[in-house]
Amino acid sequence: MKLKWWHVGLLIALGLALISPLASSWPDGLERVAEDKGFIEDAQDPSFEIIPDYVFPGVGSEALATILAGIVGTLLLFGLSYGLAALLKRREA
Amino acid sequence: MHIPDGFLNTATAAATYVVSAGGVGYSIKEANKKLGEKHVPLMGVMGAFIFAAQMLNFPVMGGTSGHLIGGALAAILLGPWAGALIMTCVLIVQALVFQDGGITALGANVFNMALLACFAGYYLYRAVVSLMGENRTGTLVGGFVGAWASVFVAAIACAIELALSGRVPLGVALPAMAGVHALIGIGEGLITAVVLSFVMATRADLLQLQKV
Repeated sequence: MKLKWWHVGLLIALGLALISPLASSWPDGLERVAEDKGFIEDAQDPSFEIIPDYVFPGVGSEALATILAGIVGTLLLFGLSYGLAALLKRREA
Repeated sequence: MHIPDGFLNTATAAATYVVSAGGVGYSIKEANKKLGEKHVPLMGVMGAFIFAAQMLNFPVMGGTSGHLIGGALAAILLGPWAGALIMTCVLIVQALVFQDGGITALGANVFNMALLACFAGYYLYRAVVSLMGENRTGTLVGGFVGAWASVFVAAIACAIELALSGRVPLGVALPAMAGVHALIGIGEGLITAVVLSFVMATRADLLQLQKV
């Protein structure tokens, strides 16, 4: 099968998921403001957890758990947005 | 900039849910009218790319990081309604599966990062391109400006929502959120310009797709 452009696009996205353990773990802009202005404590814990904080549960190595979470999410989003677009697109006569 | 549960009061959470539901409903209608065969794989790739890129926090100053939102990029390539639809998919999966962004705050997060970011990013990009011309420079500068503004506008909306919820006075929230996101927006602008440059070099025809 010939590699199509969007196969390459998906591979690039999966490549980003592979390097996700390199991401900065510093708080993001909103978290920083919430800490500085004293309302970070108001954040509530989620009522259920599936893959909390992009760390796949039950995996010993945190880097591996992050990569796994990234791959699962990337494939999930590819399927969801591709599927939604395929569902919504104009019917060609 | 994903707002967790607990930051918004009920009125603000409910109001943003209503506005976002209307916006997303209209996006679906527009997509249903205009999406063609060629948009489908690009929609899939954009969803995957934006999710993965959002995981890559980059440091912006001592002790603070930021990450791509991606709304401007999606809107520039696909149009603002289709872009908002992809961003909504990303935000729903992040809230439900990854516990990033609260479920009660989903309406506000969709309003800020899907609707506002896509529309601000797209129309500023169009404005710059109409001034500088539909060429490589115009596209890259427009992409940078649109992407920077998308983050800035979303941050201002977020500050207003926090203030309306009584979390922090607007006079405190606004400069703090605008200041840090003016920096994060530079990262958003650079990443958006790099991706647009890559698309122009490899598949320039994708930029010519009808905007949805």
